[in-house]
Amino acid sequence: MTDSRSAFIAKARGAIEDRQLQEALDLATGRFLTLRRNAFRSLPDPEGLRERARAIKQRTIRELDQHLERLATEIQRAGGRIHFAADDRECVDIILRLAKERGVRSVVKSKSMASEEIHLNPALEGAGITVVETDLGEWIIQLAKETPSHIIAPAIHKTARQVAELFSAAVKRQLPPDPEALTAAARQELRQKFFQADMGISGANFAVAETGTIVIVTNEGNGRLVTTLPRIHVAIMGMEKVIPTLTDLMVFLQLLARSATGQKMSVYTSLIRGPRRPGETDGPEEVHLVIMDNGRSRQVGGPLEESLNCLRCGACLNVCPVYKEVGGHTYDSTYPGPIGIILTSFLGHEPKNLGGASTLCGACLEVCPVKIDIPRMLLTLRHEAEQGRELPRGERWSFRAAGLILRSPVLYRLAARLGRIFQRPFLHDGYLDRLPGPGAGWTRFRDLPPVAARPFHARWKELERES
Amino acid sequence: MGPKSVALFATCLVDLFYPQVGEATVRLLRRLGVRVTYPANQTCCGQPLFNNGFHEEAARVARQTIALLEPAECIVVPSGSCACMLKKEYLHLFQDDPEMHQRAAGLGRKTYELSDFLVRVLGREDVGARFTGTATYHPSCHLLRGLGIADAPTRLLQRVQGLTLHELPAAENCCGFGGSFAVKFPEVSNAILQEKIRNIRSSGAEILVANDCGCLMHMGGGIRRTPQPIRTMHLAEILAGDATTDTHR
Repeated sequence: MTDSRSAFIAKARGAIEDRQLQEALDLATGRFLTLRRNAFRSLPDPEGLRERARAIKQRTIRELDQHLERLATEIQRAGGRIHFAADDRECVDIILRLAKERGVRSVVKSKSMASEEIHLNPALEGAGITVVETDLGEWIIQLAKETPSHIIAPAIHKTARQVAELFSAAVKRQLPPDPEALTAAARQELRQKFFQADMGISGANFAVAETGTIVIVTNEGNGRLVTTLPRIHVAIMGMEKVIPTLTDLMVFLQLLARSATGQKMSVYTSLIRGPRRPGETDGPEEVHLVIMDNGRSRQVGGPLEESLNCLRCGACLNVCPVYKEVGGHTYDSTYPGPIGIILTSFLGHEPKNLGGASTLCGACLEVCPVKIDIPRMLLTLRHEAEQGRELPRGERWSFRAAGLILRSPVLYRLAARLGRIFQRPFLHDGYLDRLPGPGAGWTRFRDLPPVAARPFHARWKELERES
Repeated sequence: MGPKSVALFATCLVDLFYPQVGEATVRLLRRLGVRVTYPANQTCCGQPLFNNGFHEEAARVARQTIALLEPAECIVVPSGSCACMLKKEYLHLFQDDPEMHQRAAGLGRKTYELSDFLVRVLGREDVGARFTGTATYHPSCHLLRGLGIADAPTRLLQRVQGLTLHELPAAENCCGFGGSFAVKFPEVSNAILQEKIRNIRSSGAEILVANDCGCLMHMGGGIRRTPQPIRTMHLAEILAGDATTDTHR
């Protein structure tokens, strides 16, 4: 934890100093939040809907095996194929094998955080396969050779000017920093890639067990092209994305776009059920669904179980005071922000505990469409860090000592008295302004009031007589 | 209306750094006809320990606080954050200890944050306060989202004679304090704080009011480093003001 904390702090410093990043973050998160608030106003009973969504998720997670089994049966019945991956490596292997066996040379992708989680692109490229991200934001960061910095808006940290530079280099002509011109250029450039690709890789926002339907929610239409034009479609999803019925889906569809982008519905909601059937004129020849565990099933029944309810809407990032200052890359993990801290603590092979990187302000819980108690789980992670002796020794001893002092009124009063003596050299103009040691973290930016000459407990006798 | 006698849980921040807030709370309650006791040997609710992962240490402090306060008929806390600890987090701390859990629940039920106590228990919005000036109110996170207390403080402030209340832009945003977060992640904490200070300044108020000394310590400490200081005051200090104290203008 110490290492990941110092890495976080180092990156955060850079992010806070980066004016362009700050401008981009303020603009985008502010806009998302306003739109979200307005979109929720159009719901007759938003609280009731959130409760329903939460209940469905909780119930499904507890019966995960049963729903996954049904999903697998129905997908196969519809002519699709199912693969189970225990972890990220297995997931990559499955997709590489599919690609090799079928002579795939080029892949188009629609946005998928699951594919980011398993670092699929470098693996495909390593196998000599061309990969093109076709979601606008994902294409931007692919060109920039970066990773997503937000769950739904991967290039949230880029300004229009920076995007213009990247696209200009890609299409080999000078483009203005004008969103319309830039999207037009991207559209033209990407259109050819769809026709050339042998395989389309997508994520899955939901998978409906009773019908074997893969559900993909997008805004750009690229998801439709990725899942219909190439001869093979592979969808990757975390195992918690299964939901029992189409009726359940209706609950989530009312919440997802509202929470994510502040839309009542996203522009495209694709329900995919198996490959092209005989007599149909379009659609892929093969549809595969790769269902990934990668640390998820271990959380069922544990204190972090609720995080499996996550719809990946990103609303908790937009309200998080910390995320808004440091941006996604500071977390140095696939999933940033409050929910990202929880997910990063158990996904994959290098989990890390960033539970401390939060003010525990509770804004994330307030906006979560499935009411995940993120602050509670952050407290759990902090407890785990303490139990696992991951905290710096000095910190551990200070808190142990504080525990002793707070337990004994005598020691507490003695500590107050010592504080009054030791603070003297640091007092200027009635405040402490340059403390040594850990106190320096405070006084670097803020003054600290001194321990009062007469604390309240010493004033009580007098106060009592006043009455 | 309401209990005749309350026990004050002063909190460590009030005790050690802001004793005047404790005095103001006592005077205010007395003016409203409530007898105030101060159970001896109070220290801290244990939140700093709990929030930093030291649950065993926090539980020991919590046991002691529960034993100290549970004889009282009613407990008033001049802090949203510490009230939240007593009312909500103690339950989590003792989730595997049925006996302590029950005692914590009993304590939680009769523990009130100050503004909540005034408005909901005493049924008072006009507490007969007088204070000349312009103020803006910052709802601390644990008060607003932790305890769900949104209106009580502003309703009380609106009834203060002589006080003009200015709206704080993006009031519900965190001030970046977060307890030890402010020390462990100083740059991030400060970046959040600076935005809060910009909003406070743009409200045009001369005084910043909040119900939590932690947040006040943070915002006040940051404001002191800026060229035009704004006063920071606890809600109790404003509400305790009356004709005899309101003489500074």
